[in-house]
Amino acid sequence: MGRIADKFHQLRKDSEKALVVYITAGDPDLLATEEIILSLERAGADIIEVGVPFSDPTADGPIIQAAAQRALRSGTNLRSILAMIKRVRQLSQIPIVLFGYYNPIHSFGQQAFATEAMKAGVDGILVVDLPPEEAQELRTYTDCLGLEFITLVAPTTDDQRVKDITKNAGGFVYYVSITGVTGTSRPSPQSIRKDVERIRRATNLPVVVGFGITDAAQAYDISRLSDGVVIGSALVRTIADCRQRHELAKKAVAYIKGIKKKMSES
Amino acid sequence: MGKTQPDRKGHFGIFGGRYASETLMPALLELEKAYAEAAKDEIFQTELRYYLKQYAGRETPLYFAERLTEELGGAKLYLKREDLNHTGSHKINNTLGQALLAKRMGKKHVIAETGAGQHGVATATVAALFGMSCRIFMGEEDMSRQAPNVFRMKILGAEVVPVTSGTKTLKDAMNEAMRQWVTHVRDTYYVIGTTAGPHPYPMMVRNFQSVIGREAKRQILRREARLPDYLIACVGGGSNAMGLFYPFRNERDVKLIGVEAAGMGLRTGKHAASITAGKIGVLHGNRTYLLQDKDGQVNDAYSLAAGLDYPGVGPEHSFFQTSGRASYVTITDQEAIAAFNLLSRLEGIIPALESSHALAYAIKIAPKLRRNEVVIVNLSGRGDKDAEVIARMMEA
Repeated sequence: MGRIADKFHQLRKDSEKALVVYITAGDPDLLATEEIILSLERAGADIIEVGVPFSDPTADGPIIQAAAQRALRSGTNLRSILAMIKRVRQLSQIPIVLFGYYNPIHSFGQQAFATEAMKAGVDGILVVDLPPEEAQELRTYTDCLGLEFITLVAPTTDDQRVKDITKNAGGFVYYVSITGVTGTSRPSPQSIRKDVERIRRATNLPVVVGFGITDAAQAYDISRLSDGVVIGSALVRTIADCRQRHELAKKAVAYIKGIKKKMSES
Repeated sequence: MGKTQPDRKGHFGIFGGRYASETLMPALLELEKAYAEAAKDEIFQTELRYYLKQYAGRETPLYFAERLTEELGGAKLYLKREDLNHTGSHKINNTLGQALLAKRMGKKHVIAETGAGQHGVATATVAALFGMSCRIFMGEEDMSRQAPNVFRMKILGAEVVPVTSGTKTLKDAMNEAMRQWVTHVRDTYYVIGTTAGPHPYPMMVRNFQSVIGREAKRQILRREARLPDYLIACVGGGSNAMGLFYPFRNERDVKLIGVEAAGMGLRTGKHAASITAGKIGVLHGNRTYLLQDKDGQVNDAYSLAAGLDYPGVGPEHSFFQTSGRASYVTITDQEAIAAFNLLSRLEGIIPALESSHALAYAIKIAPKLRRNEVVIVNLSGRGDKDAEVIARMMEA
């Protein structure tokens, strides 16, 4: 089993839900990102999504757009992100998912990307603008190296499509809880309950809910209905608001600890 | 003859496709189905023809530019007068088609991106005509250089949303329109203005614009009793060019030339020549030639013509380039301005700065061609909107 499956196995044994944490790599720089990832693990994050910045992030709201701009200004690219992950891997076994858009991977070269990501210790990839219909040209290289291909399911995805999408998916299902871009509105628990049930009828993969979860109470509620939650924009904003570079990791840890603590209440 | 493009999943050779987030995928599949049904429905086609004729004013003339031809002393130059359409450009051909489709799909709201404002105006126009609410996304930079079109959209009842991200031009307006669409996907129709975006847009916009080429073919056969030697059109996203080219694609003796914007010159990096100077990548839902850096980050495009200021290009143009069916050349800001002035003074027609690029290339090659050769230039829009930009250039 890979690190992602191991993690969900362990969480189930402990009757806990997954806290998946997204950060934009290179915001404000990669050294900070490295430090933040290691601190987040200690704070209780179960899986890290490392956002690869892109110039035209059409699925992201203003917070992550701004983070991507800062990351690009600091000179971040896919190669330097993979090098950073490699360093993290020396010290940590936390599951890492690369989260981003297709063009930087396309430009890197699909085969080279697969090899380098595997060598760096990446566990899964989530490419927002690469639906299953177009994914084969990348998966030809990533599947055989054990990189989990994680897919999104949206409120607009119908039952047949959920079945088709999850049939060949890996890792976990990322349920996009709102029709919208990241970090812009709050999902309703009623619709999440219904949709998670819908997804569970189609697949045995763990279902993680993201795109709009900002506070501990909400994370708690939604984690009761699913296998875990993703915290993204809210943490990225915390990082952006922090003016003192040496305080970044501390602030991020305090924020994530609060959420993890609430989620662990029984 | 090659097989019909695109394939079932929207691929033109290796280009095109549907690179969209999952939230939009069901909407794109729904749109594809609705369009396929409409395309076969005689009632829909009759209604579209009615509006194209009675409302937009088609057919547009194929005008023999006699004085320009004489001045250049070579090939015979014909202008396909898309500038004479209602709203002043070819954009209305597509927005009428898509608005009828939106109506048929029961959508009450339409959104669109715009660069020069021509597509925004054409969308605001049909939204008014069919009683739909309309929101137009436009880069802040473009809003200032195309101010008259911003007013026109507002007069027509549209809300114009300034886009302040990135370079504040067409690319960013498209990003923002896609975000808006994701958020309101259930009741909103996204009217893409060019032959780009995820499938079925490139194919659908091409088909709605093909009326240009179908008419031109009929008209030139009537006038010259033969097919033209050259078709020349400007290419930003490429809708006016594809509209002219497509009905001629199987006429192998007709040379198709797309003219990209070289801006301040290809070497300066300030240009919008995606095919000539770009690399293959994925943006806005399709694979195509893109201006991008070595890390796959999309570069800013530049052209004095706001409607050409886009770092990508319609995937079928990329396909035509690699298959050799069309060739792509470039024209600088300065060359376009010279053509703008020449046509205004010799023929009394003020062309859009976008169309002036096509014209400039025709002016370049016409003197070298024989007098019995025939060139059709797509005069895709009128230049009133550019008066201010030109005035500023003249003062400088």
